[in-house]
Amino acid sequence: MTSSSLAPPARVPLLLRFGVVERYTPVATMVLALIAIWYVASVAMNWTLVRDGFEREETPYTFSDVLAGTMEAERPLLPAPHQVINAFVDGVFGYSPLAPRSLIYHSLVTLSATVLGFVLGALFGIALALLIVHSRVLERSLLPWIICSQMVPVLALAPIFIVVLGALGLQGLLPKSIISAYLCFFPIAIGMVKGFTSPDPLQIELMRTWSATPRQVLWKLRWPASVPYLFASLKVAITISLVGAIVAELPTGGEAGIGARLLSGSYYGQTVQLWAALVAAAVLASSLIALVGLAERGVNSRMGGH
Amino acid sequence: MDRRKSQLGFLLSAGGIALAFLLPLAPQALPMIDRPLVSTIAVTAGGLFLLAALLADRHAALVGLAGAILAAASSLQLLEDPEIAGSAGIGFWMIVIACWLSVAIVLINLADLRQLRPRTQRAVNLLVPLLFGLTVFYLWEVAVRGLGVPRVLLPPPSAAAARFAGSLPTLASDFTQTFIRGVLIGYAIGCGAGLLVAILAHRYQFLSRGLLPLGNFFSALPLVGVAPIMVMWFGFDWPSKAAVVVLVTFFPMLVNAIAGLSASGHIERDLMRSYAASPRQSLAKLYLPAALPFIFNALKINATLALIGAIVAEFFGTPTQGIGFRISTEAGRMALDMVWAEIALAALAGMAFYGCVTLAERATTFWHPSYRT
Repeated sequence: MTSSSLAPPARVPLLLRFGVVERYTPVATMVLALIAIWYVASVAMNWTLVRDGFEREETPYTFSDVLAGTMEAERPLLPAPHQVINAFVDGVFGYSPLAPRSLIYHSLVTLSATVLGFVLGALFGIALALLIVHSRVLERSLLPWIICSQMVPVLALAPIFIVVLGALGLQGLLPKSIISAYLCFFPIAIGMVKGFTSPDPLQIELMRTWSATPRQVLWKLRWPASVPYLFASLKVAITISLVGAIVAELPTGGEAGIGARLLSGSYYGQTVQLWAALVAAAVLASSLIALVGLAERGVNSRMGGH
Repeated sequence: MDRRKSQLGFLLSAGGIALAFLLPLAPQALPMIDRPLVSTIAVTAGGLFLLAALLADRHAALVGLAGAILAAASSLQLLEDPEIAGSAGIGFWMIVIACWLSVAIVLINLADLRQLRPRTQRAVNLLVPLLFGLTVFYLWEVAVRGLGVPRVLLPPPSAAAARFAGSLPTLASDFTQTFIRGVLIGYAIGCGAGLLVAILAHRYQFLSRGLLPLGNFFSALPLVGVAPIMVMWFGFDWPSKAAVVVLVTFFPMLVNAIAGLSASGHIERDLMRSYAASPRQSLAKLYLPAALPFIFNALKINATLALIGAIVAEFFGTPTQGIGFRISTEAGRMALDMVWAEIALAALAGMAFYGCVTLAERATTFWHPSYRT
């Protein structure tokens, strides 16, 4: 007997009985509410700005003039949602993909650093986890440091890396991806140590009774058992990798990339451009996570899961 | 590691020390024999290595460790000679290799120790990572100074430490600016708001079903990107940093707290119901305590995120203090020892913060199965 079975059957409105509607109504409501709040906030925050503009030009203005002005100010404090969407769409489709004003171009620059860094970091993290799992010495001497270093704001190292690698003659893609890799190898290493040690003692003993070599234990037991942990940590790592790539573009002064776009937007007060770059970063992040999720589903179905 | 191997390793270490006396320390440097202090230390180290090889039992690790420390001391003493620093020869590296090899053997032997008394075990568990870290720092120091790596590329840790000790007032003001003002205030507001919204969402199912997917979506976004906007809205001083920290910490707390508030079991809920507990009572006595492990999980995640958020926000503009500001300006001036000192400060602050959260967790969730051993 549980409280859910004790409770009187709740009255569900007719519309909400359809699965799709029931599932998406709350989210849609929240999104709409957010957009509404955004519009109100942008009116409120841009109000004085626009009114001062009218007064400086000494043109007569009415309430509705100012209201309309807050919706399409050139350098608003908070651009209205449609302005951001317009700027985003314009940035994506308005220019040829390789023009320096195109968001696709900047996204590609950031994306390449992100992906390269992600791959490097994932490989390094998995290799480290393998070493740690197979060596008691490393487990006891290195693992505490790895855990400690998770509490350190590693991102603070980004400018140093850029400066040092720049002095060594490395510029462009590689320093950024090294920062990304450095940021994202921690969650992968930790997750994979958990994953590699996740098989039961019973299963490991079974492998021993079959006199399996350590390599066979790795490929036939530990590796398959660690797949859920692998994908969970990959999802965390890919967003961190993106953050790393964006932040790494800041101290270089940034010729290209989403981070550079953010920096120049903040220097020149181009708020709409700044918000459009943020939207691009959000789209990039969610599509990268979706890609990892797709890969996870593919691997799971190949492994006979669901 | 078996006895034979560790005996061989200690013998090789002793051999390395012996080779240091035969081979040149540096092209134009005095040989080892003519340096009474260093050669006494090195000979003692070599003797200890031989003794360790001879003993080859539990005590060998301690003897070997003493030898390694003496070898390290002699190599550091040698580096004081300007003839050696920057152009160290093969004899010098022999001492370093001997030191590294002996520490490695000691570490392997220590890590292999099993079935000790609890107190000894704890000491060993602490000693092993500590030794490992010290060795890494030692090798970094010796490599940088021995090879003469330019300071603008990679300063030796001793230079960063000296800089740290020498500029405590600057570091203290940076610490208050970034950590006390930006991080702590933002962290308190962000986590508090996240928890409050989660409690609301727990009361109203509709809200929770709408907020959970959004919260998951937002906590996966690169939210530090809003830093320039916050700087534009709240100015250069700490409120903009606190605002970034609020945004960065809000969503992880929201998602975790919503999950935690629904973590209590049906039986407990039924019990509260049969006591006719009011919603407020069941919140205070059941749902919140049951959610504590999840809340602390979010608090721990946020401890790191908050520091990162504040430091990154400072890259976009600050008054003339703050950890992030100092890192970016000093990196631009190639004063890397100051940068490393700031990073050490950030690391210490981050670890202390995380440690405090962990202690609070121990104190409040002592009932949780993961602590009840």
